[in-house]
Amino acid sequence: TKLINCLIHFYKRDFVMSGTYYFVIVGHNDNPLFEVEFSSSGREVRKDDHRHLNQFIAHAALDLVDEHMLRTPNMYLKIVDKFNEWFVSAFVTASRQRFIMLHDLKNEDGIKSFFSEMYETYIKQVMNPFYSINTPIKSVHFEKKAQFYGRKFLTG
Amino acid sequence: MSRPGSRLTDTKKVSGELFSLTYGALVAQIVKDYQSVEDVNKQLEKMGYNVGVRIIEDFLARTKEGKCADFRETAEKVQAAFKLYLNMSPTVTSWSAASDQFSLVFEANPIAEFVELPDNYADLQYSNILCGAIRGALEMVHIEVAAWFAQDNLKGDSVTELRVKFIRKVEDTVPAGDD
Repeated sequence: TKLINCLIHFYKRDFVMSGTYYFVIVGHNDNPLFEVEFSSSGREVRKDDHRHLNQFIAHAALDLVDEHMLRTPNMYLKIVDKFNEWFVSAFVTASRQRFIMLHDLKNEDGIKSFFSEMYETYIKQVMNPFYSINTPIKSVHFEKKAQFYGRKFLTG
Repeated sequence: MSRPGSRLTDTKKVSGELFSLTYGALVAQIVKDYQSVEDVNKQLEKMGYNVGVRIIEDFLARTKEGKCADFRETAEKVQAAFKLYLNMSPTVTSWSAASDQFSLVFEANPIAEFVELPDNYADLQYSNILCGAIRGALEMVHIEVAAWFAQDNLKGDSVTELRVKFIRKVEDTVPAGDD
């Protein structure tokens, strides 16, 4: 944890701390299928800077997500973990694909709506005969939808 | 799914989504089996041909109309068949000067409803089965045609356009064999 705290400190310096979101869809093999970041600061979020840390936090939360998943019939699991200033919210689909959201503002309604819309988008993606489940999603259409809903429900 | 009294003959309707998914799984499998996209296109066309030579009997039995006087009537029949079997309503347009070519224009293509073509399959004619079916069906009524897609929603075009060209009347009886 000392190492992690050092990393956090390092990132905090140039990290705008309000309204930043990191969304990842995690497959059955704990592999990321889709990742995207949103920031309401308007500043371009440099993906590489924080991507590794975000992946780490999301991965660490998976066990908790799996535990919560078994305890509730709901797909939306709300906040399942907290890591320093990061909240981890989760949403589990009918086929046990895990949607993870790292965020530093609560915004429960926005996140819930975002999850729901991305779930619809994910269902359409799965219906594509050329897409294999549990593989990375490379569809331009899917990315556009994620950007659209991110602006609509998360960053505004 | 099926409304009572809407069809005179007893048909068991199947959900459109199930059909689209089944066709999609079929295409995906053929794509895995064959190396080149061209081969896949040929296979889909062949399959369509085999569907067409059989479905024409069913179509003629249901519609009970006589021979077509000219190619324009043929076009109308093909249009009716799309409505009957796939619940699709293409418009017949773009007649050539000699009235030997026409286009069926579809606003949307329900069998390709959820499909996004991956980059390496950009030349795939996903709905080629329809071209084959038209060719097979018309061959059974002694009309040889060529059918192909001039535009495709899946490739970024605004509509899907299936072009049909009259080649010749087939005078000899065509043996109904499988290719």
